[in-house]
Amino acid sequence: MSEYVIEADELTKRYNGAAAVDHVSFKVSRGEIFGLLGPNGAGKTTTILMLLGLTDLSEGEARVLGHDPEREPLAVKRRVGYLPDSVGFYDYLTAAENLRYTARLMGMGEAEREQKIAAALARVELTEVADHRVRTFSRGMRQRLGLAEILMKDAAVAILDEPTSGLDPQATLELLEMIRALKREGVSVLLSSHLLDRVQSVCDRVALFQSGKIVLIGTVAELGRQVLGGGFAVDVEARGNGLAERLAHVPGVTAVEQKGPDRVRLLADRDVRPEAAAAVVAAGGQLFRLSVEEPSLEMIYTRYFQQQGGRHAA
Amino acid sequence: MRREGSPWRGMGIVFLKELSDHLTSVRMRVLEWLVVLTGIAAIYSAISQIREVTAEDPFLFLRLFTRAGNQLPLSFVSLLSFLVPLVAIGLGFDLVNSEHNQRTLSRILAQPIYRDALLFGKFLGGLATIAIGLVALWLLVIGLGLVLLGLPPSVEEMARAFIMLGVTIIYAGVWLALAMLFSIVFRSPATAALVALGLWLFLTILWPLLSPAIAAAFAPGPITSAGELLSQLGTQQAFARVSPGALYGEIVGVVLDPSVRSTQQPLLASMGLTLLERGSIPGAPLPLLQSVLVVWAQIVGLIAATILLFVAGYVVFQRQEVRA
Repeated sequence: MSEYVIEADELTKRYNGAAAVDHVSFKVSRGEIFGLLGPNGAGKTTTILMLLGLTDLSEGEARVLGHDPEREPLAVKRRVGYLPDSVGFYDYLTAAENLRYTARLMGMGEAEREQKIAAALARVELTEVADHRVRTFSRGMRQRLGLAEILMKDAAVAILDEPTSGLDPQATLELLEMIRALKREGVSVLLSSHLLDRVQSVCDRVALFQSGKIVLIGTVAELGRQVLGGGFAVDVEARGNGLAERLAHVPGVTAVEQKGPDRVRLLADRDVRPEAAAAVVAAGGQLFRLSVEEPSLEMIYTRYFQQQGGRHAA
Repeated sequence: MRREGSPWRGMGIVFLKELSDHLTSVRMRVLEWLVVLTGIAAIYSAISQIREVTAEDPFLFLRLFTRAGNQLPLSFVSLLSFLVPLVAIGLGFDLVNSEHNQRTLSRILAQPIYRDALLFGKFLGGLATIAIGLVALWLLVIGLGLVLLGLPPSVEEMARAFIMLGVTIIYAGVWLALAMLFSIVFRSPATAALVALGLWLFLTILWPLLSPAIAAAFAPGPITSAGELLSQLGTQQAFARVSPGALYGEIVGVVLDPSVRSTQQPLLASMGLTLLERGSIPGAPLPLLQSVLVVWAQIVGLIAATILLFVAGYVVFQRQEVRA
């Protein structure tokens, strides 16, 4: 089997001639968390629906776990879990009853079903409310119930559309932790969001969407280098003689700024924290703090469009 | 391009869920009581009439269904022809758009089933719900008849009553398919319900008044012969048959009354005329099979209408975007 669980090749979707998704290509590796980021209406949801075979492709080709979602939608949907944007459940049924219905649709036998529903509800901490009607559930509980459905399915790939939108900070953190747990179990995750910084922390790689196109793709650090230029700033707080001198000789460091007594900032083209630590220790110094200022997606995104705008103006 | 897997996968599961939803819903209970109470009222009033009038009618039992009483000037079948569409629309108007509005549609369709299974399951679930209600009502009527008339029905009467039950279920299917079509086309359940009810009122109340006028507009001139009268009646009926209620009325009129030999007979009788066919004895009962043959086209028409409306909904649903 291919090392990629999702391969999108020149995906295009046109509504009445206007392209909502315009020749989008990306690949998601096994066990990776991949983020589709961008403003609302940039084509993220449409891309997801095409990958699930829920909407037809105007052009291009998609492969999910080696299957074509247009021709073999059942094979794809059997192994992919989907959490739609603001997921809905049957309000008049209980949490367990809702899961029971989808478990039947998945073709699970009765014994397996009850055991898996109980396990999935326990994982998302909804066991106490398993027999409460979904009507009484908060937004965060509904999202967690949606995750429980994916867990119950034993999905190889989880596709989450705006999983954190509308959640309070606490619920967001809990949900992101559950997404990390999915990854630990070897589930590949594709998630979309318009909240750049929230999801930055969980994504291995991201694709930035703008008006139906992917404008940037890669790890956050790569994008930072690509867009922001210089890359990394490492703050070192250490006491010792001639440390600044020694740190300046660490490979990769381009400049050293003295920020105060015992505090220097290293500008480097990569993360030089291990080398800097080794240098301080080798010089017999005392190391108090070592931190890297990672480029934020927000910054990358804003800067990118400033550059684009500048180029258009020129 | 061939799709992998069966379109029926999951249909049974959707069917059972819909059925259990309908049977436990308050809406269904209200509709059932409405039908049962008016049905019983119609039967009571018919029975009191039957007791007064006929003693030697060979098909006395069937009169339960067709005779209008004094208190309630509606027979049981005309009541059904009026109320069954209401029940079907009541069950069908939010079948699909409620899934959109609850945002459950994309989640359900992300499970390994085709849209076909969802739509078929929903339709059959609704139809089965109505069928269960109708069978219960039918048994109630037969039981009431046995107790109150003190007269067991003959085999032929039972067969005719049974055909009437089947036709009523098909008639419900037409309206359910129509309501489901509107529930697919209109995203708002209120709009779907209003449009369906509007069409129902138009077809059951206004259309029977309009169709003779339209037919008259097509008539060549004043009627001078029996042949012209018959052809004029034919045109009038053809227009009236646009309404499923008219088809249903013709079918049960013939099936439940063996003395009716053609669908035009009740119309002529209302003008004080009798149609005499060569070689037939007026008023002699028609065998069961012959009665069915007289209205076979109408029965097929009802089935065809159901299928057409369902297919229209199916096509729209398959092309519809999942996202809200």
